[in-house]
Amino acid sequence: MTLTAAQAKPAPALLPRARGLRGALSDLFWRRPKLLLLLMLLPPVLWLGIVYIGSLFALLLQSFFSIDEFSGLVNREFTLKTYGDLLQAANLDIILRTVTMAALVTFASAIVAFPIAYYAARYARGRWKALFYLGIMLPLWSSYLVKIYAWKLILAKEGILTWLLAKLHLLWLLDAWLSLPIVGGNSLSVSSTGTFIVFVYVWLPFMILPVQAALERVPGNLVEASSDLGASPGQTFRNVLFPLALPGIVAGSIFTFSLTLGDYIIPQIIGTSRLFIGQAVYSQQGTAGNIPLAAAFTVVPIVIMGFYLWGAKRMGAFDAL
Amino acid sequence: MRSDGSPSAPLGLKIAAACGLLFLHLPIFLIFIYAFTTEERSFVWPPPGLTTQWFAVTWNRPDVWQSLSLSVRVAAISTLVALVLGTLCAAAVSRTRFFGRETISLLVILPIALPGIITGIALRSAFSLAEIPFSFWTIVLGHATFCVVVVYNNAVARFRRTSGSMIEASMDLGADGFQTFRHVVLPNIATALLAGGMLAFALSFDEVIVTTFTAGQQQTLPIWMLEELIRPRQRPVTNVVAMVVVLVTLLPILVAYYLTRDGDQIAGSGK
Repeated sequence: MTLTAAQAKPAPALLPRARGLRGALSDLFWRRPKLLLLLMLLPPVLWLGIVYIGSLFALLLQSFFSIDEFSGLVNREFTLKTYGDLLQAANLDIILRTVTMAALVTFASAIVAFPIAYYAARYARGRWKALFYLGIMLPLWSSYLVKIYAWKLILAKEGILTWLLAKLHLLWLLDAWLSLPIVGGNSLSVSSTGTFIVFVYVWLPFMILPVQAALERVPGNLVEASSDLGASPGQTFRNVLFPLALPGIVAGSIFTFSLTLGDYIIPQIIGTSRLFIGQAVYSQQGTAGNIPLAAAFTVVPIVIMGFYLWGAKRMGAFDAL
Repeated sequence: MRSDGSPSAPLGLKIAAACGLLFLHLPIFLIFIYAFTTEERSFVWPPPGLTTQWFAVTWNRPDVWQSLSLSVRVAAISTLVALVLGTLCAAAVSRTRFFGRETISLLVILPIALPGIITGIALRSAFSLAEIPFSFWTIVLGHATFCVVVVYNNAVARFRRTSGSMIEASMDLGADGFQTFRHVVLPNIATALLAGGMLAFALSFDEVIVTTFTAGQQQTLPIWMLEELIRPRQRPVTNVVAMVVVLVTLLPILVAYYLTRDGDQIAGSGK
């Protein structure tokens, strides 16, 4: 259709003719909604497609390059050597450590998140509801680094936690814990326990929100019916609440798992010198200048998350997002 | 037991929920106390004394001001880009159904669903392949990419609640597409866009993981803080900066909350 509004026959002339270029454009968009759609979609799709998907492909491409061991330059020829390097025992160790940490963090966040989410979904009303919402959103949005910094203050040897335990005459408990192999260390701020606590703290809101969304959809009388039928609170939880909250928990676990897999700042600031995937990526691309190996390393969380998302989708977790 | 509308929670649940919320909030409050401590070298608790001198010291630090200014400029430009892209995308996705619609929403969400380090290293390797030097714009490129999703989410939620019949009514009454956009669509989505923009600003202002890969030698405020965390030089200044960052990010979030809170009661939002 090449006619503009001005040339078109004024069929039932109820409306004044559209004037000028603006009117013509407006009419064109009205007659051809697909054109408008295309124009609207083009900028964001181009941006995300070129900047983001393009970069992801660049990353994937780099992982098939290798680094010349003598010159330290990237050799732009297709090879699987970098992936071979990835399978060294030290690197597998890093991957295993990161995945274990991610699983533990996910599990702990689910336990801590559930009571908050359940209270907010079922009992909080009016002002309290708003307060709960803000109480979850504010820590979620407040600065990531500041949160880590706050925990550095708390976990430091001279910090508030040691002080509190000393007041409670429980220092022996802390010392006993820190003397354990893997989880212990010189102080909490340089131990895996510290890393774990901070991970749980920082990702907790990401777990609360989807669990709360899932629990909001559970009608209150379902829980009442369960107890009317003689179930104990524990049985109601196991057989009614938990299965209904599970998609929400899985949805939340996508965040906690994926974020833990990719983080390199928390274990660097609070934790031992044993590396996580993120730190390995960072040091490979930075100090070592080995972008191909760094790229191959990031393929690991992508693949793990791919499987995770596939499983989550089968459990219906995406409806709870 | 009969349901009486407002059941009371079991004590155990109340305590667990309260402890969880305290766990979320106490660490942030602690920052405020540490900003006033007189202790310079360690994180000792309780603070030996309280002082406001560190605010003056921080005020006179040019490196803090430079980082702050870079962060604000990056966040402002990224927010603008994200506002345009996010709104366009949301309008397209919510108004029509077309082939590939799901793919588009996935594309928007992906930069925030994948760990930041992947976005970061991906951009870094793309810059290296294309031989683009690090600059102000490489930071913006990264930030705008993951800020789009925040604006998009807010705008999509509002478009969903805005009745399509209002747009039709406006056209029926003789407004052209641009007039309809200006007088009907924009007033309806304005607060959602403002809220999305605020959140995008907060997100960009605070982002560090992607930025470390795209900034080169430049220092945004979070990168300045990260350096201080790894190699502490002047702890009291870090304490003050941390407190200021909390306050700066708090405001946009509260404003965004109040802007989108009453969405359900907007007149004409029903079908």
